[in-house]
Amino acid sequence: MKHLVLGALFGGALAAPVCAEITLSIGYLRVEQPVPPTLSNLDPIPESNGLAGAQTGLADNLTTGKFLGQKYELTVAEVYEGEDPLAAARDLLAASPYLVIDATPEDITAIADLAEAEGAILFNTSAGDLALRDAECRGNLLHTLASDAMRTDALAQMLVKKRWDDLVMITGTHPADISYAEAMRRSLTKFGLSLEAEKEWAFDADMRRNASQEVPLFTQDFGDYDALIIADEVHDFGRYVLYNTWEARPVVGSEGLSSVGWSPVIEQWGAAQLHSRFEEEHEREMTAQDYAAWAAVRTLGEAVTRTNATNPETLRAYIMSDQFELAGFKGRPLTYRNWNGQLRQPIAIAHPRALVAQAPLEGFLHQTNELDSLGLDRPESNCEAFQ
Amino acid sequence: MIRLTAMFSLLTSTAMAGEIWVTNEKDDTISVISTETLEVIKTYDVGERPRGILFNSDFSRLYICASDSNAVQVMDPNSGEILHELPSGDDPEQFVLHPDDRHLYIANEDDAITTVVDVETRKVVAQIDVGVEPEGMAVSPDGKIAITTSETTNMAHWIDTETQELFANTLVDSRPRHAEFIKDGAEMWVSSEIGGTLTVFDTATQSEKAKMSFEVQGVHPDRVQPVGFEFTAGDTHAFVALGPSNHVAVVNAETYEVEDYILVGRRVWHMDFNEDRSMLFTTNGVSGDVTVIDVEKREAIKSIKVGRFPWGAAFRPTGS
Repeated sequence: MKHLVLGALFGGALAAPVCAEITLSIGYLRVEQPVPPTLSNLDPIPESNGLAGAQTGLADNLTTGKFLGQKYELTVAEVYEGEDPLAAARDLLAASPYLVIDATPEDITAIADLAEAEGAILFNTSAGDLALRDAECRGNLLHTLASDAMRTDALAQMLVKKRWDDLVMITGTHPADISYAEAMRRSLTKFGLSLEAEKEWAFDADMRRNASQEVPLFTQDFGDYDALIIADEVHDFGRYVLYNTWEARPVVGSEGLSSVGWSPVIEQWGAAQLHSRFEEEHEREMTAQDYAAWAAVRTLGEAVTRTNATNPETLRAYIMSDQFELAGFKGRPLTYRNWNGQLRQPIAIAHPRALVAQAPLEGFLHQTNELDSLGLDRPESNCEAFQ
Repeated sequence: MIRLTAMFSLLTSTAMAGEIWVTNEKDDTISVISTETLEVIKTYDVGERPRGILFNSDFSRLYICASDSNAVQVMDPNSGEILHELPSGDDPEQFVLHPDDRHLYIANEDDAITTVVDVETRKVVAQIDVGVEPEGMAVSPDGKIAITTSETTNMAHWIDTETQELFANTLVDSRPRHAEFIKDGAEMWVSSEIGGTLTVFDTATQSEKAKMSFEVQGVHPDRVQPVGFEFTAGDTHAFVALGPSNHVAVVNAETYEVEDYILVGRRVWHMDFNEDRSMLFTTNGVSGDVTVIDVEKREAIKSIKVGRFPWGAAFRPTGS
């Protein structure tokens, strides 16, 4: 296990004219997850994925705090394979009731159920699973990462808008692929679409050499369709499907046209400034998980700025209230759903070179907030912990 | 048709000669619009990503924030020639010229700094630490106070121009974008884009005096985002650009009530008036045009195509 404290360092660099009156400590727990092997090594997952976003959020909070006599510090714990994530979580929670978590859904719920986590504010920044926002939700757990359902709903809106309603899907075998495919089927049903055919990707050959021979044959019996959905969340095979399909049709989903919580191609709404701040500090592009961790740390910062308090009861009440709004560089104020703790946010529909659209798309109406057309809406969610 | 022509000639007869200079953020150009003919009469190439734009007090110099060139460019508006560049710090976005005509206060968006530059010696006089993503800039008519608003810190920072130090920091709603002093400096107004509000401060105490919010029929409140604003003659009313709601609001500056909404082009951003303030010119980023508003009638009367992503606007008289 590795511990390090950031913030003291930042605080020094920003030596404030005002005496610090209050300090908010935030814990950051990263539980290392084994990365499944993929065919290509073109896009390695950065080691600081998530944590780097939390650090940029901390720097933003510190700059604001220096004018108000408010300080922030981030204590980071990393847990490697074979070590006990719960022990590390207990340590962090003993020091601060604010914990940003990068772990599997199972670890996240186990941490939320710890006696030490009672009354704490935990942030899920790594798991898009629907269950965590549904029956498996926890009252002390907020989600800044967009759920899989929000992302697939966004894509389904795009498919409806483009009238691509004759759809087929290829699904990988990793649990993340299966979970994404499940969310996609749900979204298609929600928006009145359906799949004409579905196939499982079960090749064990090296597709870097065989894609041009195998993929046309593999996709030939789909017949004609409007768009091919790829469920390959670990980015194993999907990249070899593009431009190799039997029919010349767009590829959407995990590859091609994707719906994502954050992307370097988002330029509008001041996003270019967040990118440049982040890239200057970390020398790489900002991922969706970095964004989720940034939003978690900034949520706490915003609540401290507005309430001048550091106790979790006051901060939680403010975060869940109508007064709270986070300027998240997506063109709208971001707020939390008071039925399951999910951060409401627009979803980018993008390819690697440009933003194509931003959901909710025009025309998808909602009785209270169009953003709630994405993900589990109040009547759909079986979460009871927030009642 | 006859009625339209009549209205148009009435406008032109009362309007004095002048020009609106518009920065085109994604074209690296400036479009010059005649306030008489309401047409683009000139286009100049400038530095990369021009945004903030203003003239000095006798209109002999034009200052341009060329954000991606990391410089403020100084142009002779009569010849269109770029005379020189001023050191501006990184990524200058908006700025304001002190009434002494010498000191430019520049928001450096990427660096959380306000840079003060002497335009005569062309040297940086001071750099002041402010919040994250400084943007809106204002200076009081007596020149004693400069304001920087910071978009992510959500504050108005009050700068003493004597010492070049902050003497107050006041919280506003999310993403403050623009600031102006009015009523001889008695009030300072700040727009908050994501908060959707306009806050009025009492300058003497730096305390909040009033707050306005906006409601455009058929547009979700989240998309009603106040950005640039300017005041009519006598500071009686403010015209407020509401960004992606594609409307300009008319606010009564005495009662702090919204009186009207005017439909303009897409993503309306900043604006300026002609000389007698009978016409208002708004920059519409997404539609790439400028809407001309008849101030008295509170109606849009014309759209003028300019370059890509028009951002700032500044008026200069040209004599009649």
